[in-house]
Amino acid sequence: MTHLRARLAQARPDLGARLDAPRATLALGALATLTGFGAARPALAGRNVLVRTAGQIGAAQALVELDGLARRIVLCPPDLEAKHLGHVVRTAEVEAIVTDGVDDVLTRLGAAVHPLSEPEVPLAPEDKPALETQWVLFTSGTTGAPKLVAHSLDGLTGAIAPPQNASQRPVWATFYDIRRYGGLQILLRALTGGSALALSDSAEALPDHLSRLAVLGVTHITGTPSHWRRLLMASQAPPIAPAYVRLSGEIADQAVLDGLKALFPRARIVHAFASTEAGVAFEVDDGLEGFPESVLGSAGGVEVKIVDGSLRIRSARTARGYVGQGAPALVDAEGFVDTGDLVELSGGRWRFMGRRNGVINVGGLKVHPEEVEAVINRHPAVRMSLVRARANPITGAVVAAEVALADPLGAESLEQKAALRASILAMCRSALPAHKAPATIRFVPELAVTEGGKLDRRHG
Amino acid sequence: MQQSTIKALVTKCFETTAADQERHLKPLTDELPLLDSGLDSLCFAIIVAQLEDDLGVDPFSDLDDAYFPVTFAEFVQLYEAAASERTAA
Repeated sequence: MTHLRARLAQARPDLGARLDAPRATLALGALATLTGFGAARPALAGRNVLVRTAGQIGAAQALVELDGLARRIVLCPPDLEAKHLGHVVRTAEVEAIVTDGVDDVLTRLGAAVHPLSEPEVPLAPEDKPALETQWVLFTSGTTGAPKLVAHSLDGLTGAIAPPQNASQRPVWATFYDIRRYGGLQILLRALTGGSALALSDSAEALPDHLSRLAVLGVTHITGTPSHWRRLLMASQAPPIAPAYVRLSGEIADQAVLDGLKALFPRARIVHAFASTEAGVAFEVDDGLEGFPESVLGSAGGVEVKIVDGSLRIRSARTARGYVGQGAPALVDAEGFVDTGDLVELSGGRWRFMGRRNGVINVGGLKVHPEEVEAVINRHPAVRMSLVRARANPITGAVVAAEVALADPLGAESLEQKAALRASILAMCRSALPAHKAPATIRFVPELAVTEGGKLDRRHG
Repeated sequence: MQQSTIKALVTKCFETTAADQERHLKPLTDELPLLDSGLDSLCFAIIVAQLEDDLGVDPFSDLDDAYFPVTFAEFVQLYEAAASERTAA
């Protein structure tokens, strides 16, 4: 077990290699040898530490500082709502909080808050962290409260090839946020390989973003199919010519793969199956959607099988478990993670058919139908609602709602329907993030209920 | 359906979605690049879903040689092509 800072130092990053964001940069060399915690390091040693930052650079710095020092790192994703912080602090037994800004919410959580400064102070020679830090990432839960997923650094870096020699170093870019599994994979590739990494920023316009990637000489780029579709809609040919293009986090369909092949004819285009729970499982680089039968079985330390139509993964890269008392088991008795991703074989090719539990994947962001239904059902005119995924060529899927009204005669005219639809949507938008609000609402006379009295979700 | 009607429907859909998502929509000229329109991916996803309900076509999935449109005019043309293909079929 070698800690992240040591692995970064061993990779001997080039002098100019840095993490690059629109308004901030951080040199890898400084990250390898300097600290921004100063006197706070002893107070963080052996603690469970929540990392809640406004920017990705601060998060990256905190991860390097804390691996080996903290007992547990809890890495907040950018969209974690403040109302969930109390639950997170209790579940992960958080004792200290690291942040790159001042936030009143954090000071009220009952844990010591440590602001992060730029790494400027050399680490003391005797400051040699030796803990095997647990890394905790987030995945969305049924009720809207996040689930906490525990990993080890070795597991997180298990899919990363050994660093290449310095003359062949890639320059990475990712459309993902590094505070989620997909982006964290790329941060760890950059850090353990001593490579530069261009980070994204939702406030940066795409042309500016691409110009920045061009200036940095980016060679390897990753994102979800939705990220890539956005690039395919750009009005000008992008000023970049990557050697490697990677898609993950959503189903990569043939249209996006073909579009990227046409846009970047020289690039190796890879779509990968990975999730916060299952880790990086396998990659497909034959330019076709789905995956070949040869993926099943055991290869490279990863076992893949299909049981009851869903993909199961066993490897040293899967998460160690969910965090918290009474948390459900993450793997089955044989150590396999059930990904919940349904697949079907046709013409010698396995294709993804969606999620067994109905989770909707909107551009890489998960939506549980139940949380949207709960909001819609609060509307006084609504009797019940059914929310499901609707396939979409831009974001893979969108949220579609069917609504049965308390008084079906209450909205007979087109005008009444339009007004009611607008009123339900307004309620959803005020209670939910934009991607969770229904893209379409259809009024139906009634919704089927099973014999067990539950909403019948089986029929499409 | 007449082409002018489709353009009017698409325009209305852009405007409604921009208002719903609290986005500032630029004037919808033919040459306007979609990515400069002020709408994000989620807005386009919603527009495509709603136009499928209104027009009964999803050109991105229906057309054999679908491409990703760049300008507003190309977006409209894609729907006009899909609608006429359906009428012919």
